[in-house]
Amino acid sequence: MVFSRLFRRRAVPEPQLEAGLKKTRRGIFKDIANLFERSEITEDLFDDLEALLIQADLGVETTLELLDNLRQRIDRERIKQPADAREALRTEMIALLEHATRNRKVKIYQRGVPYVILVVGVNGTGKTTTIAKLAKYHQDQGRSVMLVAGDTFRAAAIDQLKVWGERLKVPVIAHDPGADPGAVVFDGMQAAYNRHIDILLVDTAGRLHTKYNLMEELKKIRKVMQRHVAEAPQEVLLVIDATTGQNGLVQAQKFAEAVEITDIAIAKLDGTARGGIAFAIARELGTPISYVGTGEQVTALAEFNPVTYVDALFFGEDEEL
Amino acid sequence: MFETLSDRLTAVFQRIGNKGRLTEQDVDEAMREVRRALLEADVNYKVVRDFVAAVRERAVGEEVLKALTPAQQVIAIVRDELIKILGEERVPLQMASVPPTIVMVVGLQGSGKTTHVAKIAHLLKKEGRKPLMVAADVYRPAAIDQLQTLGQQIDVPVYTEGTQADPIDIARNAVKLAKDRGHTVVLIDTAGRLQIDERMMQEVERIAEAVRPTEILLVADAMTGQEAVNVAQEFHRRLALTGLILTKMDGDARGGAALSIRSVVGVPIKYIGTGERVDAVEPFYPDRLASRILGMGDVLTLIERAQEQVTEEESRELEQKVLAGQFNFEDFLNQLQQIKRMGPLTQLLELIPGIGQALRQQQVQISDDEFKHIEAIIYSMTPEERRNPDILKPSRRKRIAMGSGTSVAQVNQLVNQFKQMQKMMAQLGDLAGGRRGLRGLMRSRQALAGLGDADLEALMQQGAFPPAFGGPGPAPMRKATNSPKKGGKKKAKGRRR
Repeated sequence: MVFSRLFRRRAVPEPQLEAGLKKTRRGIFKDIANLFERSEITEDLFDDLEALLIQADLGVETTLELLDNLRQRIDRERIKQPADAREALRTEMIALLEHATRNRKVKIYQRGVPYVILVVGVNGTGKTTTIAKLAKYHQDQGRSVMLVAGDTFRAAAIDQLKVWGERLKVPVIAHDPGADPGAVVFDGMQAAYNRHIDILLVDTAGRLHTKYNLMEELKKIRKVMQRHVAEAPQEVLLVIDATTGQNGLVQAQKFAEAVEITDIAIAKLDGTARGGIAFAIARELGTPISYVGTGEQVTALAEFNPVTYVDALFFGEDEEL
Repeated sequence: MFETLSDRLTAVFQRIGNKGRLTEQDVDEAMREVRRALLEADVNYKVVRDFVAAVRERAVGEEVLKALTPAQQVIAIVRDELIKILGEERVPLQMASVPPTIVMVVGLQGSGKTTHVAKIAHLLKKEGRKPLMVAADVYRPAAIDQLQTLGQQIDVPVYTEGTQADPIDIARNAVKLAKDRGHTVVLIDTAGRLQIDERMMQEVERIAEAVRPTEILLVADAMTGQEAVNVAQEFHRRLALTGLILTKMDGDARGGAALSIRSVVGVPIKYIGTGERVDAVEPFYPDRLASRILGMGDVLTLIERAQEQVTEEESRELEQKVLAGQFNFEDFLNQLQQIKRMGPLTQLLELIPGIGQALRQQQVQISDDEFKHIEAIIYSMTPEERRNPDILKPSRRKRIAMGSGTSVAQVNQLVNQFKQMQKMMAQLGDLAGGRRGLRGLMRSRQALAGLGDADLEALMQQGAFPPAFGGPGPAPMRKATNSPKKGGKKKAKGRRR
């Protein structure tokens, strides 16, 4: 059904995502299953579905559009059975999320030429943990990795990254707390080039997208990188917390305005949050969503895949515990 | 990104026409918009349903007060009910009758627990208490270092046993130590955990059993979506929470999660986190949060920010000038610079009810660069011209245009709008009741609440604000060119049931 999948890089075998999510999804699967266990497709079904989607953080507009598309499909394909309507919903949800994958660029890693990943986001979304996971992933692919402690603001953020560096046996370029992030990044770029590092992961301080001067700081960091190498950073990764509500959309928009986000990671999908904000982002912005994070384990990172995402979060089966 | 509730309600009542009494049909239409506004603010679906039902019941048949439009009347009722749920008065931190008071802070990962332990410790220390912070997060890398660094900043000791110890032992030993050393408050920073993580939830239960905290505070991110309720409910079920700290309120999240948690779990909101610095914590004001959830702007925040920039003396001087009609370009320049220090313009304008709305309607983009032209023009005036704009004859205006790299038309426009503004200011002086003056008006919350959207809009229409402030002047404003997206949104809205 989705041929574009063949061309996508796969971060971690997909079963991982499902396993990570399954334990916690009891309830919603049943809710969806129950929804379609009626003898015919009625207005009530749509009402209940609306409630369910809004409660999954899709937001009002996205939910209404999705339901509209579903109605159209049901008309068009003359669907009469609720079970078929369920399948139609699944198809529409996947189609919506594909807005977030079709603009994804193929990532080209060259040996010995640093591929720079600038990681940004609001406070507490899981940037540092995501960096550790990405470092682990690239290491497992046989690439050399270096970390840059660009969060010089938050207390002990540098130490946090250093701990990960030690655990993963990856060098960390850091200055003292309170130093200019641009300067650390400059040193990191230089070190990565001198040492022919394959992947350079740059941590930044969490910042709310409404803080004008902090967003300007990000632009500056980007400029520092570009002064070094025109094509850097090859990846600007925005980390969004899966429990985020409608503000996630504004976050994605504002960060994209400031630093041209190339990829989004949805973190903390191991909770009960349905990560519905991914749908709103896909619909409104179309910024590529590339990764999902599912826990504190360093391997708990998967490639974002619309089919897996929809199935794991909405259409799986409840396990009896 | 979102239209405000007042925009929408105004549209609804324009459509159905103004009437003296809110009919059932009026209210139903209005409630649909209320519902939407609350959902967009991330208030939980079920909470919204119950809330809307309650408000509907109260609103039907209500007489529209003379001073209000039906839209304003509905908003007033909604706001009122919101405040009722949010808790009408402030509930302070409970202190144990026999010290030490033990405060345990819990929550999901990344909600801001460690930072807020330090912020509260800082507050308590300023109140003259003797706090001790306890590093019971042994899992997250460098969490202990973080608390220690913060402890140094605020000069509050941190109890730690490293990452190998058991958090329950750490907490128990810390309380013992606090008793010995005479600490009056013990603040326990626990690890972030998912409410469904059985092992971790048991751990935090055991900490609570071991030390019997006076307060167990849930730290919740203002940006949290629909899950906030489930998270809070589960923490409450297992720990019997006593309060809530709502963090990251310095962003633009509406903070509907707070309403959900408050109405489902019932514990009071004790603090609001408004930034990363250790002093960025505020007591909770239900009326402000209610306005914010409804997307009604926040005049009080704006005033506070302004007050940070302007000294009492300066503002008194300015007031005199404004009332006497002597406000000149020098004062204006000063004002511009103060405003620039308060933050980017678009963000400030969003805080003013009615103005953000007007800007969105006209799809106007405002950049702080617009200030540059205005500043350049004023800088190109002689001090005499700045103090006395009336002497600006054509030849002077030509010189100013050349000096500032603008055109005579731009200079003319600024001067004309400035004169209009002077006129408006005099009117504002009258409106404020002469004697009490502008400052009196600014101070009086009541008066401000009374200054509704309509008044501000009227001021704008009359050109009270120069173009850069969102006034109707055409030149320095840019019509946004990226309108296709907007069109798409409209379409989606039309399909609503």
